[in-house]
Amino acid sequence: MTKRNFWGYFVPYGLWLGLFVIAPVALIVYQSFFNLDHQLTLTNYADYFRSGVYLKMTLNSVWYAFLITLFTGLISYPTAYVLHQLKHRQLWLLLVILPTWINILLKAYAFIGIFSQDGLANTFLRFIGLGPHQLLFTNASFIFVATYIQIPFMILPIYNALDDLNPAFINASQDLGATHWQTFRHVIFPLTLPGVKAGIQAVFIPSLSLFMLTRLIGGNKVITLGTAIEEHFLTTMNWGMGSTIGVVLIVAMIIVMQLTNDHTKGAAK
Amino acid sequence: MSQPIIELRHVTQKYGAQTILNNINLTLESGKFYTLLGPSGCGKTTILRTIGGFNQVTSGDVLFAGQRINELPANRRNVNTVFQDYALFPNMTVAENVAFGLTLKKLPADEIADRVAKALKLVQLSDFGARDITALSGGQQQRIAIARAIVMQPKVLLLDEPLSALDAKLRRAMQYELRELQQRLGITFLFVTHDQEEALAMSDEIFVMNHGEVLQSGSPVDIYDEPINHFVADFIGESNILPGKMVADYRVSFDGHEFDCVDAGIPDHEPIEIVLRPEDITLTDLAHAKLRVTIDTQLFRGDYYEISATDDRGHDWLIHSVRPAQDGARVGLTFLADDLHVMRLHEKEAEFDARLETYEGTETNHDQA
Repeated sequence: MTKRNFWGYFVPYGLWLGLFVIAPVALIVYQSFFNLDHQLTLTNYADYFRSGVYLKMTLNSVWYAFLITLFTGLISYPTAYVLHQLKHRQLWLLLVILPTWINILLKAYAFIGIFSQDGLANTFLRFIGLGPHQLLFTNASFIFVATYIQIPFMILPIYNALDDLNPAFINASQDLGATHWQTFRHVIFPLTLPGVKAGIQAVFIPSLSLFMLTRLIGGNKVITLGTAIEEHFLTTMNWGMGSTIGVVLIVAMIIVMQLTNDHTKGAAK
Repeated sequence: MSQPIIELRHVTQKYGAQTILNNINLTLESGKFYTLLGPSGCGKTTILRTIGGFNQVTSGDVLFAGQRINELPANRRNVNTVFQDYALFPNMTVAENVAFGLTLKKLPADEIADRVAKALKLVQLSDFGARDITALSGGQQQRIAIARAIVMQPKVLLLDEPLSALDAKLRRAMQYELRELQQRLGITFLFVTHDQEEALAMSDEIFVMNHGEVLQSGSPVDIYDEPINHFVADFIGESNILPGKMVADYRVSFDGHEFDCVDAGIPDHEPIEIVLRPEDITLTDLAHAKLRVTIDTQLFRGDYYEISATDDRGHDWLIHSVRPAQDGARVGLTFLADDLHVMRLHEKEAEFDARLETYEGTETNHDQA
């Protein structure tokens, strides 16, 4: 194959990449250097770092994304582990994936119904004599729903990592005297860590910029960077500031990608 | 005889309707090199996994030093395994791999370091402790897998086709090393292979298996010289196998002629099979010939010629000769009476041994090994 032919195959996706990935990112960076009066300036960045509001918002975003990722991971790893040992695991996996086929907005509205004053959750709480409580528009419900939505994206890479794990490693570990728990701690978990990292990438980064859920479920009590961007673009029309926050988000994503990538030489894939 | 280290009694393994192991009985003594030899799917790896603790048998007893260990989990057996694909942990260095089992035992750090260093020295990879597993060649990984197992000082070392991934030259070198290592350590090795050459070269005793049964066990020489049936004769080395008939004790007929032999205890006129190893046949002139054949073709094998010939009755013959023959020539074949080995059809190993006892008397060396 000639070099020219080779690049020929890349043209369709290359166009896509250029038009819908590189160009928008470039535009965001470009916009972030303009103030409301369309003057070239650095004030957006200065504002971002000077005003405590944005920094707090950033911390908030990172903190909630961290919590969502943590809970997702705590639920997903054991689930993937058990799932992997089941007989009809393809069917179970399908059940795990199934919710991802439903639109996120629909799921959010469903949870509004469930968590509302007269919803299923409160009916149950009343039934066992603990309710009713204000469930909707709390931080807890926001984390709960976000975790629920993200779980499949964490389970899948972990499940695949477990599937790729050569069972001979487990036998070898037991052969050398390891109990089930020791085998898990020293062999299974370290060797499936790439799956966990892929899961973190798939969950943490989108969680940084969740804005629909913060509004619909969290009742805008948690203002994340995603909410701020939406406000700047649609309400205050300060595209420059919105873009600046966008740039911050992109930088945050790059940092997370770097942290969760394998840098050690010769590490097993 | 001292207490056997491993004993399998009437071990049977079934998966659904499929029988993997059928009434296996075998005894391993301390400090010997044993080989399970058979084609793939014969059940040899299942036996290894049974002893290692990775397989629950359907029925029968697995004994370790006289104790029944059927239910004992793998991590509590004083047996270690060298796995076929080595299964070295890629997330650890060479030294960490070798130290893995000792670390779990929570031994003092200096003792661990000492034993790891000794084990690495034993497999001649002393300077490799800090390396990554992926930075090792196949032969080196093989040695580390052995070091990781023997550092645990097991009573029995199980080896699951450990040489199959190596190239021919390295495989031969490792055969010497494994044999030497076993003699130096003095522990029991149970080696699984489908390579008859490996089995013959290294073992004190070989178990030849097929279809989940042990067909024959004995020293390499016994099994090579006195295969019990067609399968064993064919699987262990190359052989000429011909149908024949017992004429009387020490007298057989095949290929239209009668010959002296050294086998007895078989009813007269019983149909039998004759085994003649290619290297036991000598080419001669037609006047001295016991059989006459026409040379078809020959291959130069380096240290001998492999000659293919056909006799008057259409049987194919395989002959090993240090001197070449002429393609298409009529030549004579000759052999000695004790080169002829007689196999009864459907004879079991116990019956075979019993029959040998009846006429070989004290001169038998069958059980010495």
